[in-house]
Amino acid sequence: MHELSIVANLFEILEREAKEKKAKKITAIKLQIGQLSGIVPELFRSAFEIYKKETVAADAELEIDIVPFKVKCQKCKTEMTKEDFILTCDQCGSNDIKSLCGTELLLETIELET
Amino acid sequence: MKKKEVLVFEDLLGSNKKVASTIRKKLTQNGILTINLMSSPGAGKTTLLERIAEHLEPDHKMAVIEGDIETERDADRIRAKGIPAWQIMTGGACHLEAKMIARLFSEIPSDLDFLFIENVGNLVCPASFDLGENIRCTLLSTPEGDDKPKKYPKAFITSDCLVITKADLSGLLPFQTEKAIHEALTINPRLKTFITSAIKDTGLQALIEYFKTELMKLRS
Repeated sequence: MHELSIVANLFEILEREAKEKKAKKITAIKLQIGQLSGIVPELFRSAFEIYKKETVAADAELEIDIVPFKVKCQKCKTEMTKEDFILTCDQCGSNDIKSLCGTELLLETIELET
Repeated sequence: MKKKEVLVFEDLLGSNKKVASTIRKKLTQNGILTINLMSSPGAGKTTLLERIAEHLEPDHKMAVIEGDIETERDADRIRAKGIPAWQIMTGGACHLEAKMIARLFSEIPSDLDFLFIENVGNLVCPASFDLGENIRCTLLSTPEGDDKPKKYPKAFITSDCLVITKADLSGLLPFQTEKAIHEALTINPRLKTFITSAIKDTGLQALIEYFKTELMKLRS
């Protein structure tokens, strides 16, 4: 359950943003969570709901965009989405694979009330 | 009352990555190879470190940071081998974070060759946290079963090396070493693989040679 410690990081950023932008509160939060980020969105959401009480984001809605794990074969240049995490090209079988996205854990936007 | 949307685009693990990157830079500058050991509880991380301590020639210096939820037991085992060790007790947290390593920084001797960080026994959470290591090493013990790489892909995908431990038990268990290694390589073809038994004292030398080669690369 490392989600709670990442939620704590999120709230450090939220408090800082609210202070810098002189916001009364944060009303919406949008995150990008990669399929290979190691985060379980449901657990993250539960931790968020517990943590948000009595913070600047106490009434905030949390929106999570799941980013699929996409890779590109460096040999045949095919791009593909991997759900099984097997890093072999579906087209040519090469192991020379580069990941494009799916590991991110990003705070994309926030909605502020000033 | 006015509402506005603000673009932030900030990594939620950014603060950990920043501390980790400072740790890596400082240790690398001192010519220290840092190795983050991850595995399920009981896979044999501390025993592997005890054997490495016994096999390492006196001209190579090592130290160990131990991560556990409670007790000083693992650090005591390492100290009994004459190796400097620090115990981090997380008090419930399921993984180590870079800031926990940074707190110990002033105590780490600058003349080390190898700094091992034994993470909290857990094949899931530690994989998300960079500790400033140069090498990430995941252990898989034969009693755990050969199906673990695909069940816990993140640990294996983010690792540089895989160490099969308790290989001496493989004949007694359904564990198929080749299958486990093949499965790990399908999800991460870059993995260096080692088969070890701490009891029979096999495979340790090859692993130590790998660490020495990586140390030479780091210093060149």
